[in-house]
Amino acid sequence: MKITEQEVQRVAQLANLALTGDEVVRMAHDMSGILTHIDKLNELDTSGVEPMAQVLYDAAETATLRDDVEKPSLSNEEAVANAPISGAGYFKVPRVIER
Amino acid sequence: MTHTIDSIRAGLLKKTFSAEELAREALIDAEAQNPTTNAFLTFSPERALKAARAVDARIAAGDDPGPLGGIPIAVKDVILTRGLRTTCASKLLADYVPPYDATAVIRLEQAGGVIIGKTNCDEFAMGSSNENSAFGPVKNPVALDRVPGGSSGGSAAAVAQGSAVVSLGSDTGGSIRQPASFCGITGVTPTYGRVSRYGLTAFASSLDHIGPFSHNVRDSARLLGVIGGRDEMDATSAFAPVPDYVAALDGNVRGMKVGVPKEWMDGLAGETATLVQAAVDQLTKLGCDIREVHLPHTAYAVACYYIVCTAEASANLARFDGVRYTTRAAAANSITDMYRMTREEGFGAECKRRIMLGTYVLSAGYYDAYYLKAQKVRALIAQDYARAFEQVDAIAGPVSPHPAFKLGEKIDDPTSMYLADIYTVTGDLAGIPCMSVPCGKTAEGLPVGLQILTNHFQEEKMFRIAAAYETATN
Repeated sequence: MKITEQEVQRVAQLANLALTGDEVVRMAHDMSGILTHIDKLNELDTSGVEPMAQVLYDAAETATLRDDVEKPSLSNEEAVANAPISGAGYFKVPRVIER
Repeated sequence: MTHTIDSIRAGLLKKTFSAEELAREALIDAEAQNPTTNAFLTFSPERALKAARAVDARIAAGDDPGPLGGIPIAVKDVILTRGLRTTCASKLLADYVPPYDATAVIRLEQAGGVIIGKTNCDEFAMGSSNENSAFGPVKNPVALDRVPGGSSGGSAAAVAQGSAVVSLGSDTGGSIRQPASFCGITGVTPTYGRVSRYGLTAFASSLDHIGPFSHNVRDSARLLGVIGGRDEMDATSAFAPVPDYVAALDGNVRGMKVGVPKEWMDGLAGETATLVQAAVDQLTKLGCDIREVHLPHTAYAVACYYIVCTAEASANLARFDGVRYTTRAAAANSITDMYRMTREEGFGAECKRRIMLGTYVLSAGYYDAYYLKAQKVRALIAQDYARAFEQVDAIAGPVSPHPAFKLGEKIDDPTSMYLADIYTVTGDLAGIPCMSVPCGKTAEGLPVGLQILTNHFQEEKMFRIAAAYETATN
């Protein structure tokens, strides 16, 4: 399956990547190569096969639930410590809504 | 002399050396070798010496130093360490200092382990050569013009070069076993869920594992016993009790049925084929009952894997958007530009490739053709193993189709790099335990690994076979 540069640009938009012109050319080439190999899956008839999303083991349905009691978590200070810009305990981002 | 967990324990208890002396030596060695191999991204002398002194104090008080007491350990830099920089080998996280420890790290340190530093790897664990690190490639300590394998190349090199006695890596499609085989050491991918993933930076959540590297099978078995077990911070961590893996190393493999997949051996050539076949012959000599088994969907494994892992990666890496994790593009004025420019500047080529591929296979109109199809093929691959394990106790075969290749040799051809993951990705897709144990060297002196796989939670059988093989060939 070949992928065009236009498709690469559409996917880059979805992925929030501002690819450069050179990267778009290279990406179209690389993705085409991988997707061509991936086409091999079409040789297999998978009708009636239950999709496997996760490795599952036998356990009670509620096994992963814990008691509903408060437990300590990260402090506000720790939670924002790695933010590029923070203030008053919040993550700061460029203005989203214009007045 | 190469230290092992047992030799260090003996030395500490006999007072031949102290844990602090050992930690200092390990740090000096690791720092001295780093300009050559680039195995480490960050050293943690304060943390190491504090842990080592605590072990010495326990010994002085007549207490047990713990199962990993005083052992110098290196940790892959995708595994979070509180207060100690964790970069994921990405420019984007060059200054990230985690506010908490991964569960595996907590358990290592509670057992007396001494973390000497964080190891280099492929960016966000994406790669098979460790050439995708934002901080430069790792060189294979066995042959410096060669890659150490990836993505856990630094963790493999740190042990192979003798700086750390054991290390932690992560494996999503072979990232522990393949570098272990390239560097001539032991590496283990446990059953999915055996080790908590809490604090492991998510790459592909349904495939990610934490596991050990070591010089011998016994040390990996001991390490897994320490880090394994249920953790309420990871809902996918398994409840299955953690057996005494070291006790399973009784050498008794007589009569164990070991399957060799026809589809794997048929595709194997050259010295790797010769060495893997010789290892299988050695298992026969040890009394194993060798049988041919079939894994008919092997040829579809790489295609299946690179859909599942990239789809999950594109979702997991969405969090790196310039808001919470240290880096934001300086020139961004709008929020959309902030996302797009931060990610463009922060991610390296391989991460972008996988994010793009993952976004593509999940995008409107393609989901059924790619992601759903891959999940169905994943079920068929898991079924291949389930059927094989009705006939055999374990499976043995190659880890990689070739030994360590030269730096730069494959970097421009991602498809061919991916295809070499053929023997490792299926174990991750099925979630079964699998490991690499050294099985000799090529004429050029490059190590080759034998892969051993068992059914879910049957690590004891896997370790027993690996240890018996190791004892017979040492």
